[in-house]
Amino acid sequence: MSTVDELIRIENLTVHYETDDAVVHALNDISLSMKKGETLGLVGETGAGKTTLARSILRLIPSPPGIIKSGRIFFEGKDMLTLSEAQMRSIRGNSISMIFQDPMTSLNPVMSVGDQIMEVVEAHNKALGKEEMEKQALSMLEMVGIPASRSHEYPHQFSGGMKQRVIIAIALACNPILLIADEPTTALDVTIQAQVLDMITALKNRLNTAMLLITHDLGVVAQNCDRVAIMYAGQIIELGTLSDIFKRPTHPYTKGLLGSIPSLNKEVKRLSPIKGMMPDPTDLPPGCKFAPRCQYASEVCKQDVPPSYQVSTTHQVRCILAREEVHNG
Amino acid sequence: MAEPLLKVEHLKKYFHTNQGTLHAVDDVSFTLNKGETLGVVGESGCGKTTLGRTILRLHEPTDGKVFFEGREITSMGKQEVKALRRDMQIIFQDPFASLNPRMTISETIGESLLIQKIYTRKQGAQLKKRVLELIDFVGLSPRLVNSYPHELDGGRRQRIGIARTLALDPKFIVCDEPVSALDVSIQAQILNLMQDLQDEFGLTYLFITHDLSVVKHLSNTIVVMYLGQIVEHAPSSLLFEKPLHPYTQALLSAIPVPDPDYAVNRVLLQGELTSPVDPVPGCRFAKRCPYVSDACRKADIPLKEVQPGHFVACTLV
Repeated sequence: MSTVDELIRIENLTVHYETDDAVVHALNDISLSMKKGETLGLVGETGAGKTTLARSILRLIPSPPGIIKSGRIFFEGKDMLTLSEAQMRSIRGNSISMIFQDPMTSLNPVMSVGDQIMEVVEAHNKALGKEEMEKQALSMLEMVGIPASRSHEYPHQFSGGMKQRVIIAIALACNPILLIADEPTTALDVTIQAQVLDMITALKNRLNTAMLLITHDLGVVAQNCDRVAIMYAGQIIELGTLSDIFKRPTHPYTKGLLGSIPSLNKEVKRLSPIKGMMPDPTDLPPGCKFAPRCQYASEVCKQDVPPSYQVSTTHQVRCILAREEVHNG
Repeated sequence: MAEPLLKVEHLKKYFHTNQGTLHAVDDVSFTLNKGETLGVVGESGCGKTTLGRTILRLHEPTDGKVFFEGREITSMGKQEVKALRRDMQIIFQDPFASLNPRMTISETIGESLLIQKIYTRKQGAQLKKRVLELIDFVGLSPRLVNSYPHELDGGRRQRIGIARTLALDPKFIVCDEPVSALDVSIQAQILNLMQDLQDEFGLTYLFITHDLSVVKHLSNTIVVMYLGQIVEHAPSSLLFEKPLHPYTQALLSAIPVPDPDYAVNRVLLQGELTSPVDPVPGCRFAKRCPYVSDACRKADIPLKEVQPGHFVACTLV
């Protein structure tokens, strides 16, 4: 049941990309909820379905070939999948906004950055006069650390980090309650990444925005999120608080991911990577999606999809090994 | 005893652009011992790739000398350089762009063996045997020999890039961000493979990366570059324990550590990399440095040995 401070709830979401050749099972039965103001990290490797999940929330899946097969998404109590396109448009960029992955390609090259921020303000606050809008756009630029005097400049005049700041300014222009950030710093250098993440977090706290932070970098998650969801082959295989995931990782895939990162604060002679590759999403194994790479896999794992076990009030794991922990716990 | 394999002396590579002279590599010197790994770290645009390529003479140096096994290679002629390729190889950054899409895996791996006339086209059977051996070294299945690059994922493609590099039994390999295009679990597989190959064949690596945790894992020595210059040069453990240059400190503190309890004591830098075109004299980091003083802007700061093997270019030390 929905609680007062619940912001978004996703129930059993399944998304396919159907082409003539094959059906890509991008999301398989995803359930997830987020509270107001919290930061949830969504972690997974290329092809795990992170971006599809983010785009599904905004109903921005390219269709065809994308189809939301089943499931429901409740945002502030409204079932998003039943809304009209016009209603969706008033939500996008206003109460939910998104920072796209690549700052180099997501800005319009023939429009000044000031105008691009104003475009969003204008779309959602038609009542404002031109001067008001301009003022708001300039204050957004200043907020992300770009002097207002540069508002008439074009994207190519900015560096990568600066462009990403402009995109953040656009995303936050209408004070959204949910910000979806899809790999916001992947294209940036570490020192710039640190600047941008610090800024996003500060702004998010000031505006009390909830954030879904999509990344493949567990370091970024550990430094910025409250809770973490680990995705593998279109499923959430482990979900918990930071300490659940980093201190008590339970799913073999999560353990494998943590073992794959060369550590800065510990001496490790040899990394322990996960064997093999992610399965082809057009031809997923019938049981547990991770079973072919899992060293603990038994016959049961190969046949049945394991349910999500609630290991503690905050910690869910989709692995039959976790069942024992539930019983013992 | 450690014997030097590669010696770089005052190496410079300038590019002429419409805006002025771009100092991509500006007076870089170091020595790399046989069987060791030197990590080259820095942000995009600091000249690390250009450094690797200039050492191999894929770019012609503007000034300075490179010695390989005691021979000066910067003055060698075309034929000598071609022969040198047997000993010096490179693994490229992007496994998607560095393989010829029209060549099968076995053609790609065997190409250099034919070019160097180790085998002729008539010795097809021996060539095939060698290719299969190389495919096995890098952990690929022999059934892939007749595949094309587009049929393979990034991890497998990078393994092919490595197999191609190993074909000529090189002594020295420039690894230009070999894992940065790969997912973490695949990245770990490739890093382990590279370590195994180094142990087995006694390879010497120049490992270029922007990822400090990768470099710490692999390197004996690390150089940190900023706008074409080395700002700090130290044994790996020392650099991480006691970084002395303000840029190294900032770089280290900016890495997100995958541990929620890790106390971040972040040195946040202001601004971004300045332009390497016609740099003004003085420390190139001065514009972003929290400890900057007038002395930093007067003249270029030379590297100073603060303790054996630990070099820093900063007025504070």
